[in-house]
Amino acid sequence: MARPSRRQFLKVMGAGGAALLAGHRGADASEEPAQNYDETLGMLYDATKCVGCKACMSACKRVNSDYGSLAYEKADFDQDGLWDAPKDLSGSTRTLIKLFKENGKQWSYVKYSCMHCHKPSCVSVCPVSAMTRDKLTGIVDYNKNACIGCRYCQIACAFNIPKFQWDKAIPQIVKCDLCKSTNLVKKGISACAETCPTGAIMFGKRKDLLAEAHRRLQENPGKYINQVYGEKEVGGTNHLYLASMPFNKLGFPILKEDPPAEFSEKIQHTIYKGFIAPVALYSVLCFIAVKNMKKQDDAHGEQGDGGKSRGDD
Amino acid sequence: MGHDEYQKHEAKILTPSFIVLLALTLIGFFLIGVRFVKGIGAVSNMSDGYPWGIWITYDVATGTAIACGGYAMAILIYIRNNMRYHPMIRSAILTSMFGYGLAGFSVMVDVGRPWNAYNFFIPSKWQANSAMFEVALCVMAYTSVLFMEFMPAILSYLEKTDWHTLQALMDRLHKYTGINRPERMEERLESVKDLAAWLRPKLDKILIFVIVLGITLPTMHQSSLGSLLLIASTKLHPLWHTGFLPLLFLINCMFIGYSIAILESIISCYAFRRPFELSELTGLARIIPWLTVIWLTVVIGDLAWRGQLGAALSLDFYSRFFLLEFCLVAGGSLLLFSGRKRSSIRWLFVSAALIVLGGALYRFNVYLIGFNPGKGWHYFPALAELLITVGIVAFEILGYQVLVKILPVLPRLHTRKQVAAGKA
Repeated sequence: MARPSRRQFLKVMGAGGAALLAGHRGADASEEPAQNYDETLGMLYDATKCVGCKACMSACKRVNSDYGSLAYEKADFDQDGLWDAPKDLSGSTRTLIKLFKENGKQWSYVKYSCMHCHKPSCVSVCPVSAMTRDKLTGIVDYNKNACIGCRYCQIACAFNIPKFQWDKAIPQIVKCDLCKSTNLVKKGISACAETCPTGAIMFGKRKDLLAEAHRRLQENPGKYINQVYGEKEVGGTNHLYLASMPFNKLGFPILKEDPPAEFSEKIQHTIYKGFIAPVALYSVLCFIAVKNMKKQDDAHGEQGDGGKSRGDD
Repeated sequence: MGHDEYQKHEAKILTPSFIVLLALTLIGFFLIGVRFVKGIGAVSNMSDGYPWGIWITYDVATGTAIACGGYAMAILIYIRNNMRYHPMIRSAILTSMFGYGLAGFSVMVDVGRPWNAYNFFIPSKWQANSAMFEVALCVMAYTSVLFMEFMPAILSYLEKTDWHTLQALMDRLHKYTGINRPERMEERLESVKDLAAWLRPKLDKILIFVIVLGITLPTMHQSSLGSLLLIASTKLHPLWHTGFLPLLFLINCMFIGYSIAILESIISCYAFRRPFELSELTGLARIIPWLTVIWLTVVIGDLAWRGQLGAALSLDFYSRFFLLEFCLVAGGSLLLFSGRKRSSIRWLFVSAALIVLGGALYRFNVYLIGFNPGKGWHYFPALAELLITVGIVAFEILGYQVLVKILPVLPRLHTRKQVAAGKA
């Protein structure tokens, strides 16, 4: 009895494995229609223009503190809590200026905030659609009323952007939304770009920002690293960067052009396409199990105490 | 066959181990209280770099694999048609039920905004791209399925019980507080009995379809537990980040499932002073090496294909954990290839323990050890964080210990059967 049933078992498991393998090869890619990213909103940060005044940081917190329940973070030396002095992006800080110093001559400021990816990992992994990407504006937004706080977005984001409020009983995820509900509504520009005194942060449509970035690269060949960070990384982002130092030295990861979300979704979609594989698996297993129960009943029937054990747990 | 295969374990419930487990459970639950008042940061070392700590890695990702005994046994019994293992299924289902139930509970402790969990049931919020969405729905469904699979034990208890404990409790309540018994209590209890007697044969008829659902669902979500980390292509070390993650997690949970079934049987027979179920365990042990050989082959083949074999043997931090995981699984399986060792309880225990450790380490490697969010981030669980996990595990063992003494769960002993028959 064991022999044929083992074969059945292997057949079933083989089918499951084949489905997974097919998933790995990603035989079909059920892509959404190609999107036009030119008209979506974004920012161009030019690190060579930034003087590190952090006016963008304080503007961001002033404008968004109520909306995102952001708090001020005092420094160790500042017993009175006079300054907001965050060390890193956090559950209270959506944008941050950092200084990277290689030596006395080689240094650069850099601004951190959400990159607003074209194919955002956080949106792809959020189980309850709390993370969304607006097709029109390109803004990757967070809805705390849907969020369950599983923090999968934090695992997924290659830039480590979404932050969680670890010290709150009612926490939420904090990340830049281009002032979607605050400054952008009132003034049509993000608070950081509006405030920047040196014009290091440029706000606008992606195609204009990209054209401007390439113009600067062409006009000042020696000044910049010859790369617009965000143009192609993980399939493109709406927050673009220019800098005089290699981006991996400024704390940015070196990334491929394929969005990680495409890889994972391909596998997930192939396994669960049309929910056919799970239903097929269930049907096949039911068929085998019921047949086995019948066999069992028959065997018992011959012994004279059949019928009763059917479907016994 | 039938429900006579099982018996409850006749022993005192209040044992020293009960007290210890209860104490650990209470400490854990107190700290869970702290977490809900002061935030997750107050009890854990998780950070924005390591947003998933020991709760997700152990309680959910590893705990549900260890709770795959019920899944593995169901495949063996109902799909491969090996009815001789049937007496072992109830205790396997009970541990699975606790494992999954408490994994679900841990998730509710771990997530920041659990009150929003109802969004899983609102179609407009569904997000089929997310492996997490699939895992969450599947685990919820499977926990309900496990409960239905365990129902026969509860129903057959309800059918036969005399409500001794309840009667005594009511008497005592009356004595100390003067509260009278509710009117027509006997009648009502009797109707519960009738309901159970009516429900049980009905449930028996459809149960096989529930059981098959209980095989389909873990196949889905155990592979999805691997899919969860597919997205972390820049953070998970290349030794573990592969498109085969779902397949590897699936096979991994199967060999852990059979190994844990062996361990549980040996431990509970030892603890409850019952004779070992040697012939069944030897049979189980014959399946394991086949699964681990497939798993190890996929692991090596995939590493070779991606050109990571050198990294695996480089003996750096990651390579050491990889080799440890690999050797534990391979070593345990090697022991099980020997027929002589398969028929020794001691060797069965050692090899099953090695395989469970190796399989669990694989999951730790994927979720924590091989996960590197970038410079400057470190994670090691805080004491309170560990104690919450310990409390939940203690509660699991406690529940098992108590329930096998109340409900007919463990396989009936043949000697006892004859004694009982003689008495009747």
